[in-house]
Amino acid sequence: MTPALELVGLEVPIAGTMVVCGVDLAVEPGELLALVGPSGCGKSTLLRAVAGLLRQSAGTVRLNGVVVDDLPPEQRRVGLVFQDHALFPHLTVAANIAFGLAGRSRREKRDRVAELLDLVRLPDSGARYPHELSGGEQQRIALARALAPSPSVVLLDEPFASLDTALREELHAEVVEVLGNAKATAVLVTHDRDEALSLGHRVAVMQQGRIEQVGEPAVVFHQPASRFVASFLGPASFLPVWADSDHWCTALGPVEIEGRDPSSPDLVAGDLTIMLRPHDMRVEVGDDAVVVARRFVATGFTYDVRLRSGELVQAEGGHSVTVGVGERCTVRLVASRHLVAFG
Amino acid sequence: MTLKLEVDQASNSTGPWRSESTGEGRRGFLPAAILAAFVVTPVVVVLSSILSPSTDVWAHLWATRLPTMLASTATLVIAVGLGSLILGTSLAWLVTAYAFPFRRVIGWLLVLPLAIPGYVLGFVWLDTIDFAGPIQTAWRGQFGRGAWFPQVRSLWVGAIVLTLTLYPYVYLLARAAFREQSAAALDVARTLGCSRWQAFRRVALPMARPSLTAGVALVAMETLTDIGTVRLFNIQTVADGVFRVWYGLANRQAATELAALLVALAVIVVVAERRYRGRARFTQQGGRTRTVEPVRLTGVRAAVALAACGGVMVVAFGWPVVRLIGWALEAQRTDRMATMAGNFTFHAGNTLRLAVFATLACLAIGVTLAVLVRRSGRRSTAAAARAATIGYAVPGPVVAVGVIVILAAIDRSELLPGDVLLAGSLVGLVYALAVRFLAVGYQSVEASLGKVSPSMTASARTLGAGPWRVAAAVELPLARAGLVVAAALVTIDVMKELPITLLLRPFGFDTLSVWVWQMTTESLWVEASVPALAIVAVGVLPVVVLVAALERVGKVQL
Repeated sequence: MTPALELVGLEVPIAGTMVVCGVDLAVEPGELLALVGPSGCGKSTLLRAVAGLLRQSAGTVRLNGVVVDDLPPEQRRVGLVFQDHALFPHLTVAANIAFGLAGRSRREKRDRVAELLDLVRLPDSGARYPHELSGGEQQRIALARALAPSPSVVLLDEPFASLDTALREELHAEVVEVLGNAKATAVLVTHDRDEALSLGHRVAVMQQGRIEQVGEPAVVFHQPASRFVASFLGPASFLPVWADSDHWCTALGPVEIEGRDPSSPDLVAGDLTIMLRPHDMRVEVGDDAVVVARRFVATGFTYDVRLRSGELVQAEGGHSVTVGVGERCTVRLVASRHLVAFG
Repeated sequence: MTLKLEVDQASNSTGPWRSESTGEGRRGFLPAAILAAFVVTPVVVVLSSILSPSTDVWAHLWATRLPTMLASTATLVIAVGLGSLILGTSLAWLVTAYAFPFRRVIGWLLVLPLAIPGYVLGFVWLDTIDFAGPIQTAWRGQFGRGAWFPQVRSLWVGAIVLTLTLYPYVYLLARAAFREQSAAALDVARTLGCSRWQAFRRVALPMARPSLTAGVALVAMETLTDIGTVRLFNIQTVADGVFRVWYGLANRQAATELAALLVALAVIVVVAERRYRGRARFTQQGGRTRTVEPVRLTGVRAAVALAACGGVMVVAFGWPVVRLIGWALEAQRTDRMATMAGNFTFHAGNTLRLAVFATLACLAIGVTLAVLVRRSGRRSTAAAARAATIGYAVPGPVVAVGVIVILAAIDRSELLPGDVLLAGSLVGLVYALAVRFLAVGYQSVEASLGKVSPSMTASARTLGAGPWRVAAAVELPLARAGLVVAAALVTIDVMKELPITLLLRPFGFDTLSVWVWQMTTESLWVEASVPALAIVAVGVLPVVVLVAALERVGKVQL
């Protein structure tokens, strides 16, 4: 299948500095790709280049297989949704949605607007003005406006960043549903890892102008391609590993490592570390380690624990066991999967 | 100069630190109301004259001049409003959305024509294009002695001159609006199928509409109130009528009623401005985001942009200044300078005295009002302060007529010792100028006071300072930038002001602007050049101050 959006070797400079440095990316039709990375990593710039608002210095943008490098933004058929919604304050909701429908008959416009208002579940708000809507409603109208001309791809630039937490979660589900019902292809830019992991069909992690890894949420979370991806997507602890005859050893005991055979170690001991998530380890009563800090979370406590070997790890403890700061405990490895190691 | 820095009232009037809840609010209203009454009374007096119209005066005016006056006033206001709208908006968009050589410098140079009063630009161009001027002489040389040339002293030439001095109002407000617009809205418009031009027409322009409307309203107000320029070009407007009836017919009742008509016209402008904003709101929500990034122009296009801005600069500022300097030098060559120097000291001294008194009056009232409003959280106090600033929306001749009627009444009432007469005294003139320009001072003071955070006032109070010590030791020192701006703006306004000074000056108390007026009504351009040059020179200063302030604040509002 032809990707709805394909980037090949894209490089985008801003004021002489290369902000996007050679990005290859393909988004399948109907897919919602979450592009996540820290502030300033170039993700918004990437989006603007795709929309044609910035000019790349090298590389190619294809929309449905067609090269659009030389097309101005108005001819690319790309939808754009911003954090501040960027609704046109001087136009009614209906006129905002109809803005991109130039050249269609009045009736077609009216029908399409009604269709989209239904889609975003605000059927009666066509005559209102943007400032008369709540933040969440504005966001839905911005989405409806972007979807109205049936774009090849909808680009969402931090669309939830201006909303408060409760509203954000409500809108997450809704946006996914609207995009799904519209069968739209979308790229969602965010700096919020939870948002990326929970919304994206696939997640692309970007740093310093490059895509570090693209994959399904579970894959990028559990099998990060780099230490950066590992720590960016969630709390991660790193422990040294060494080979002991036919298995891998750590300070917490033996582990299995994805794609590496302990009987033919190609690395010197100490050069290899494994990545562990807090839920891979459990804090129990014991006296191998010391609790340095603890935080209450919905699932119990999360502890920062200093192991006897000196490493600091983040591990979970259930509600049943409570160990105070400064008290001794034991950390038990409960990971049931193959772990990822970095050389 | 009539732009005021915007107060961030939203952040000031909400939250628990809004004002002290110690019952001081009650004390604030009365003094504020008294100050407001002081300012509002002259306007009310003029308006109340409508309640007892002298029908024979109206009948006479209707039969003779009034239809012409109304028609030419309307034509002039519409022509100048439209002209300023087009010129100001296109220049603002050009310097905001495009990058070309010297763009930044040009960006603020384009505000300078504001420093040249219409009556000065008017007489310079009148001389330039008059029968004996260089342009008509060259024209006749080209097309023969009897060649047709448009009437010089006409409404249309007057409209062009007023447009060239007033467009900066629209320009400044439009530029601020365009700069503030988030690029996101324009980006979205592009992805929804708009070319650059369409995005400007369908998004940037309508979003700037409130600012553009406000700018045009200012221009309309200034045009309504102008008497210097219209006299030069023989345009019989209502303001001109007030003046002529007052002096020519010495008919105070008729002049007062005409002044009331002028108020009605001003009200129409204000109401039209409010109406035109409609239900849509134009500010954007969300944080301050990326703003419009200019497109670089090169080659011919850059040259055209540069030429367009340069052309306006030359016509509206460069040429008049060069011509005035030329005349001043000519005056020196022809020995007229000696007498003029004496004159100059006299007129400049009067102007300075008047400016100092009027500025002090405006600042004293303005600061008091601003502090009272800040102290008292009550709406009524704020409303009183707002009422006190209406003088700015009232044409100068109206204020003058209102003040004179009040002062004459006081003189007649014998409340004062027998030999003291207020009408025709400096007190009356300063009073009228304060009424007219209080808004300018008040707004600047209020704007900078608004930036002193209420929690800072609260801290000072808890440290044991009483409300007036807080004002003197904390708030006003922090707001001193605003005080300086206010003083500068009022000073320049008083210097340029013509109708009030002309109508109310004590006998023999001539200012620079009156001098220019007297010389130009007799077509003595050379004699008018020196005082005109002085007005322009002093006028440039506040423009620079204003531009610098705007660069910092980034926001302007009516």
